[in-house]
Amino acid sequence: MAEASVDDPATVSAALAAHDYLADDGLATVIFLALRLRRPLLLEGEAGVGKTEVAKVLARWRGSELLRLQCFEGIDAAQALYEWDHARQLLHLRAAEAAGELAGQGSAAVEDELHDPRFLVRRPVLAALDHRGEGPPPVLLIDEVDRADDEFEALLLEVLSDWSVTVPELGTVRAEVPPVVVITSNRTRDVHDALKRRCLYHWVEHPDFDREVAVIRLRVPEVDEVLAREVAAATAALRDLGLYKPPGVAESIDWAASLSALGRRHLDAASVDATLGSVLKYREDGERARSFGVDALVDALRSRAS
Amino acid sequence: MVPNRVARTTKIGTSSSFNSEVVPSSVARTTKVGTSSSQEAVGGGEADGAALVGALAHALRRHGVPVAVRSTVACAEAVAALGLASRDDLYWAGRATLVHRPEDIGAWDAAFAAVLDDTVTWAAPSPASSTALLVDEDDAGEAPSSEAGSEPEGDVTVLRHSAQEDLRHADLAACSAEERAELHRAITRLRVGVVTRRSRRRRPRRSGRELDLRATVTAALATGGEPLQLHHQGPSARPRRLVLLVDISGSMEPYARALVRFAHAAVASRGAGRVEAFTLGTRLTRITRSLSTRDPDLALDRAAAEVADWSGGTRLGDALGQFADRWGVRGLARGAVVVVLSDGWDRGDPEAVAEAMGRLHRVAHHIVWVNPLKAAPGYQPLARGMAAALPYVDTFVPGHSLAALEDLAATVATLGDAPSTRSPPRRRAA
Repeated sequence: MAEASVDDPATVSAALAAHDYLADDGLATVIFLALRLRRPLLLEGEAGVGKTEVAKVLARWRGSELLRLQCFEGIDAAQALYEWDHARQLLHLRAAEAAGELAGQGSAAVEDELHDPRFLVRRPVLAALDHRGEGPPPVLLIDEVDRADDEFEALLLEVLSDWSVTVPELGTVRAEVPPVVVITSNRTRDVHDALKRRCLYHWVEHPDFDREVAVIRLRVPEVDEVLAREVAAATAALRDLGLYKPPGVAESIDWAASLSALGRRHLDAASVDATLGSVLKYREDGERARSFGVDALVDALRSRAS
Repeated sequence: MVPNRVARTTKIGTSSSFNSEVVPSSVARTTKVGTSSSQEAVGGGEADGAALVGALAHALRRHGVPVAVRSTVACAEAVAALGLASRDDLYWAGRATLVHRPEDIGAWDAAFAAVLDDTVTWAAPSPASSTALLVDEDDAGEAPSSEAGSEPEGDVTVLRHSAQEDLRHADLAACSAEERAELHRAITRLRVGVVTRRSRRRRPRRSGRELDLRATVTAALATGGEPLQLHHQGPSARPRRLVLLVDISGSMEPYARALVRFAHAAVASRGAGRVEAFTLGTRLTRITRSLSTRDPDLALDRAAAEVADWSGGTRLGDALGQFADRWGVRGLARGAVVVVLSDGWDRGDPEAVAEAMGRLHRVAHHIVWVNPLKAAPGYQPLARGMAAALPYVDTFVPGHSLAALEDLAATVATLGDAPSTRSPPRRRAA
């Protein structure tokens, strides 16, 4: 079984790094615990610090299927657990009627047929629990749970504690092996305490300078060390400007990629000005950065990057 | 301080004594933790890990972080899984299981350090208070000198009028202590109406254009597969979030207590999660959690304890900006009804108020500004902060008396879906 290979946080850290994700000690420890204790992992943090990426990289590493449930306002059981395919059920009824089965077998038999698993549309949560046979358990990513209504959390709570879903017409589906569950939240509202207690919790921070340089180099290999350091330093400087949306790692990766697409080897005033839109997504933020002075920014980061 | 320490030491003493060796005091524990970098010492005793987890949970509670027993058990499991090989492992295992909010990480660090280093730092869970105090004094000192001249006499006028009026219409600032207590009780009983919006969820309807296939198919079974009876569905309504921002600076002092009570009434009548309450002073404090206690007096005490800047100076622009940054624009104010309860006095830059209000206006459904001074005859929004905010305010109401607050509670409920209530941002006069 794949779990056997996870001995300590260092193994996790190395394995994630091998799949292009650099986790700090805290995150590696929490991921290790989530795998070992088979508890859901709740990651909170600013947008763009790499929360969603954790689930993706876990799936790549474990060689398991990634089932992603993107939360939104008004999400309900039909989108998260399962839904009956009513159109196909109706068609089936029609076909049965045309073949004269309805009269022959009686409606009870046809009703049983209607609730056949083939008419069941498995949504991510049910699909994650219903994993059978070979292969590692799937990774279930419940993304941006803070966007969903609080009723939805109650639904999750039920699933995450029993690892089972009951379909009244079919019976209870129980997971043989619990899936690896990663829940992310941008903290636009507080997730309910009951859900938090069920999970391991980790607040994901912006990476420190060296880690950010390493992340940029890993994700945008065509960028050389010098440019990566300059981009990391400039992003760090932008985070100190008190912006509405301080850039995350996702933005610094985008920035490095844009600069390299433009063929720049260094960060200078002209290229910062041209590519600022890939880092700062608010007009006010762009203005603030420009009023601070792109030249001053470049000077400041020169001293820091070298 | 001393009793705390005794209690904790006793606790550890008892749990360690499972461990065959007699360990009477914290000294023995310190030794053990000290050697915990070597695998052997820690791997040996189950009770050790448990005692440590117990001590950590206890210390964390002392820092005001609620720790459920369930979390403590999870922590013990996590510690067992990691084998307590290093201090870092213990730190992360504990943080992942005992801490559930980024705000509590500081408390965790302190608790962790206290337990592991056995340095007693219990009694200091209120770090920033000294700096806040300095700022407040500063403000209070310069407030009368620089601004007193331009302050409208409004509240004074109201003060004289109200004495003859019915208590319901009495200005909250001009009441006797008994009258105020009476009014406070009445405010506590207020019910704040629910504002709704259309939800994406479907509800069964008697008729409509949209078919409820699930119900139709189920009904068709009874009629031999023939869908004789069609079932319909339509969108349902969901409550909108209500966000209350209560100004508790010095100039609002006569009203602040009553307005926080109003916030409590709103939270209590609609439940935490639907209503969020913050105080604005020299800084922003979220009091939703404290207010979600049912008992109004207890809730107010808790809120009072949480807010460090009662009756201090006003940094309205900063506080509003902080709200927009940290909560509002991220989602709390999106599509919400935002109610600001403030007289608009601001010691900071009015431009900051305008900027913050502009951003809130762009994400919120409706912005209500409640200004107790507005009731005064001939009131003009002269306060700089008020003037700066006004272009972004959809509804501007007084909130000086019980009757005014009743009106407010009723007004809030009428701000639902009707798009007509939404006005485009008016241009500010330069």
